[in-house]
Amino acid sequence: MRTRSFLLAGLLVALLVAGVGSYYASSHPDGLEHVAQQTGFLDSADDPKDTGSPFAGYETKGVDDARLGGGLAGVAGVLLTLVIGGGLFRVLRRREAPSSTDAA
Amino acid sequence: MHVPDGFFDAPTSVATGVVAAAGVAVALRKARAELDDRTAPMAGLVAAFVFAGQMINFPVGAGTSGHLLGGALAAVLVGPWTGALCISVVLLVQALFMADGGLTALGTNITLMALVGAFVGYGVFRLALAVLPKRVGSVPVAAGLGALVSVPTAAAVFALLFAVGGTADVATGKVLAAMVGWHLVIGIGEAVVTALVVSAVITSRPDLVHGARGLAATRRPLLAEEVSA
Repeated sequence: MRTRSFLLAGLLVALLVAGVGSYYASSHPDGLEHVAQQTGFLDSADDPKDTGSPFAGYETKGVDDARLGGGLAGVAGVLLTLVIGGGLFRVLRRREAPSSTDAA
Repeated sequence: MHVPDGFFDAPTSVATGVVAAAGVAVALRKARAELDDRTAPMAGLVAAFVFAGQMINFPVGAGTSGHLLGGALAAVLVGPWTGALCISVVLLVQALFMADGGLTALGTNITLMALVGAFVGYGVFRLALAVLPKRVGSVPVAAGLGALVSVPTAAAVFALLFAVGGTADVATGKVLAAMVGWHLVIGIGEAVVTALVVSAVITSRPDLVHGARGLAATRRPLLAEEVSA
């Protein structure tokens, strides 16, 4: 598989997992939350601060449908991570000496 | 395992913030050696994939769930320094945009999931790889073992931090036992997902898997020798 096709396929899987699959994820509290509840320190958690993001809580502001709002938040998160991470790694990478054959 | 604001007192949050900042600073330098024109886009994809994977909570019984942390997975796929940066970016996006994990707890979360997750995961992966048969097929198994150990280890570090700087007065032993117990079970899920994903990438592009380097690359020089002989 060519690198470009591989990367696109991987991104498609990530978008499907976050945009569609996440709706079917378990909504039970996760390990830490469960332990906090069970041993009695969950109350010490503060409410999350409002950063002004429309995707707080993996929902989308203004979208009432849980499936759609959650899916949009998931897709936005994947793309934000890709742009920030991809940009960072692009800056960090060692540039290879320019060669005529490397057009990728 | 995303820690919200309020679980830890200010000195502990500052201390883990310093640890996280130092770890990320070193990783920013060391990751250069792992990143080139081919692996940099792969690393961006790995970060995005871990974000997606973390949205999939799987049930582990008694009304509790777990999800991929991804430290071991990222470390095996793109190298431990780059892997730690991948998870840090995921945690940053979650804290800033998803209100998942507190802003003042970002240092704690990076310490637990990015640093402990990636480096314990990668360390165990390397140890397992040294013991297992020297072939590409061992890589997903070793990655799964790294993942399996990384999750309860991060949980144990949480409990130790909680003993030092938790705002609630709960017996350390109780928190430690419950955290490690539940995260051993979650670690099994982490191991399965990590092994499957590493296996899938190795099947299509073994050359893009950092942890398979010595093993996947041995084939090419051999072929060259056969041709010239």
